[in-house]
This record gives sequence, C-alpha cells and structure tokens, in this order.
Amino acid sequence: MIGFFAKLGGWGLQALTRLGRAHLLLLSMMRGLLEILRRPRLLLDQVFSVGVLTILIIAVAGLFVGMVLGLQGFYILSRFGGETALGLMVAASLVRELGPVLTALLFAGRAGSALTAEIGLMKATEQLSGLEMMAVNPEHRVLAPRFFAGFLSVPLLAALFSMLGVMGGWMVGGGMLSVDQGAFWNGMQNGIDFREDIINGVIKSVVFGFVCTWIAIFQGYDCVPTSEGVSRATTRTVVHSSLAVLGLDFVLTALMFS
Amino acid sequence: MNKKTVIEIWVGVFMALGLVALFFLAMQVSNLGTAYTGETFDVNARFDNIGGLKVKAPVTIAGVEVGRVTGIRYDAEDFRAVVVMGIQEQYLERIPEDSFAKILTAGLLGEQYVGLDPGGSEDTLAEGSEIAVTQSALVLEEVVGQFIFGKAKEGT
Repeated sequence: MIGFFAKLGGWGLQALTRLGRAHLLLLSMMRGLLEILRRPRLLLDQVFSVGVLTILIIAVAGLFVGMVLGLQGFYILSRFGGETALGLMVAASLVRELGPVLTALLFAGRAGSALTAEIGLMKATEQLSGLEMMAVNPEHRVLAPRFFAGFLSVPLLAALFSMLGVMGGWMVGGGMLSVDQGAFWNGMQNGIDFREDIINGVIKSVVFGFVCTWIAIFQGYDCVPTSEGVSRATTRTVVHSSLAVLGLDFVLTALMFS
Repeated sequence: MNKKTVIEIWVGVFMALGLVALFFLAMQVSNLGTAYTGETFDVNARFDNIGGLKVKAPVTIAGVEVGRVTGIRYDAEDFRAVVVMGIQEQYLERIPEDSFAKILTAGLLGEQYVGLDPGGSEDTLAEGSEIAVTQSALVLEEVVGQFIFGKAKEGT
C-alpha cells in the first residue's frame, strides 16, 4: 500500500520536473531570439526543412479534404434542397476547424517527429555537448531557430490548407455536381465573418504551431540518448502533440465560438 | 545557383504562398471583400413581430442592399419590437420619410431581411428617425392557421 503511494508520488514528481524543464527550455529559446536576429540564416534554413518540405503533404491533404467535404456536403444538403449552402459549409468547416487542426496533426507527424529525431540523435552523438564545449549555447544556436521556424510555418501552412480545401470543394461542387457558382461564393462570403472566423482560425493555428514545435523540441532534447530512447521520444512527440492539439482545439473553440 | 540561394528562393516562395492564401481567405472567402465599412446612420422601425430577423441581416430597397440591421430590442411600453437599421451614409436624406418597411424572406426557407418601399414624401429619413408604417414577418404557423380557418368557414 505504501509502495503504491510512493510510486504515485514519484511519478507525480517526475512529471512536474519534466514540465519545469520544458518551461525552462522555452524561456531559454525565447532568449535565443536575439541570436536569431543576429544570424537570420539559421532561421531560414530551418523554415526550409520544417515549412517548405511540409507544403506537399499539406497541399494534397487540403485539396482532398475539401473535395470530400464537397461530395459529402452535397449529398446531405441536396436531400433538403440546400445545395446552395455548400460553399458556406465547406468554407466554415475548413476555416474554423479542419484547416488548423489537420494542419497541426500533419505537421506533428511530418515535421515534429523529424525535429525530435534530429535533436535526439544530436544528443546521442554528443553534438550538443560538443557545442557547449565550444562555449556555444545549443539551446540558442540549435533549438531556438527550429522552434521559431515551426511557430512561423504552421499558420502559413494552415492558411494554405484552408485555401486549397475551398478550391477542392469548389472544384467538386461547381465542376462535378453543378452547384451554382454565384450561390457557392456568395453564400460563403455572406456567412463567413473575417473577424469571427478567419482571425480566430489563424489564432488557433498559431497556438497549435507553438505547442507542436515546443513538444517536438523538448522531447528530442530531453530524450534518453540511446537509439531506443530516440525512438520512444519520436513516438511521444506524435502522440503528445496530437492529444494536445485536439484538447486545445476544444478549449479554444469553446472560448471563441460560444 | 548554389544551395544557399535555392533555399532562400524556396523559403520566399513558401512565405508568399502563405500570405496569398491568407489574402484569399480574407477577400474571397470572408465578407471582408464585400462588406460595407463606411459611415452609417441609424433609422428605427417598430414591428409587431420580427419572426426570425437577426442582427446583421441586410436592409434593401428594390432588392439592392443599402444597409444592415444593427440592433433588435423589445419595447415593453407598446409590446413591439424595435429594429435599428444602419443605413449607408450615401443615402442620407435620399429615402422618403414615409417609406414602408417590411420583413421579407429570401427564398422559401432563406434568411429574413428588411425591405424598404420608398414613399412619396418630400421629407427624408435622417439619423434617429423612425419609420411609421411597417409590416411584420410572415409566420408560417399563422398563415397555415388562417388558411385552415378559412377552409372551415367555406365548408359550413
């Protein structure tokens, strides 16, 4: 019985110290912003590997999600003669929910896991301690550019996802299913408010980008420096990021749209 | 071209694509491209029943949007609904004072909006003026009720 409580306490303390380390890392990365301003090249390289290389999967996913929304929405709306609301349905679901959330999930799988593996391997091969030996702060030099690159990329990727999704819905609705073009775009413009829908969607994606990259970098930096440890950290990154995104999405939606 | 410039170009393309997407969402998908953001003046109208009229519903003359509903409240003094309409400033002193306001429905199941029928008066609507003649929204249950009542009368 006492053993059980000891275990529980130990687990709780461990979780708390991990949380503390994660926040210290975040603080240190924020201070690394100065170093990035001095060497923008560091950020540029990371935006390439984190953002640009993720464009393809985001573009394809966005297009197909939009097309499926168009098909399914048309099926349901046409049952009671509301096909003209297809544009509004596709755009509202993309801009408010699917754009930010699916982008963040794909980002965690495509870029977050890569970040964790890269940093974990750097740690395992003692490259990070090597930098420290040369009096270079690895948190500023290696981690901070990756963090800000992810933070910057996710909102742009989410906007791209939503735009291509709307295009996909329009291709299916306007092209294949002959929904009236004017009604499609007009219904969308009347129903979607810039402040209420678009800006809130962007805020969501900023939060998701922040959380996903933070988790990915912390898991890589905090991993056990063995091949097994890196593999576990990568798994944890994807699982924790996805859960955090879905949980936060509920909280943000409840705060914003209620 | 060396590798560094290629990376720079790609990052530039990525940034541009993201900003274009945001611009597209703002102008083409949302109401930012079409919404009227200029000055408006307020005109009130009292209705017996506003049906499903909502704030932000369009106000039209001859089918053209001239403003939007900016507020709806209930006046406990005379048991009617007061609808405040923000009319675009370009129509200030252009709409006759004895205009007729009615609540209409776009399509069979569409959104409700306010339609103004211009009257013949020389005086015009200005900030704070009130439209005297109004027609309530058509409530489906009442229409059906009247129809059944009329049929029953015919039968006897």
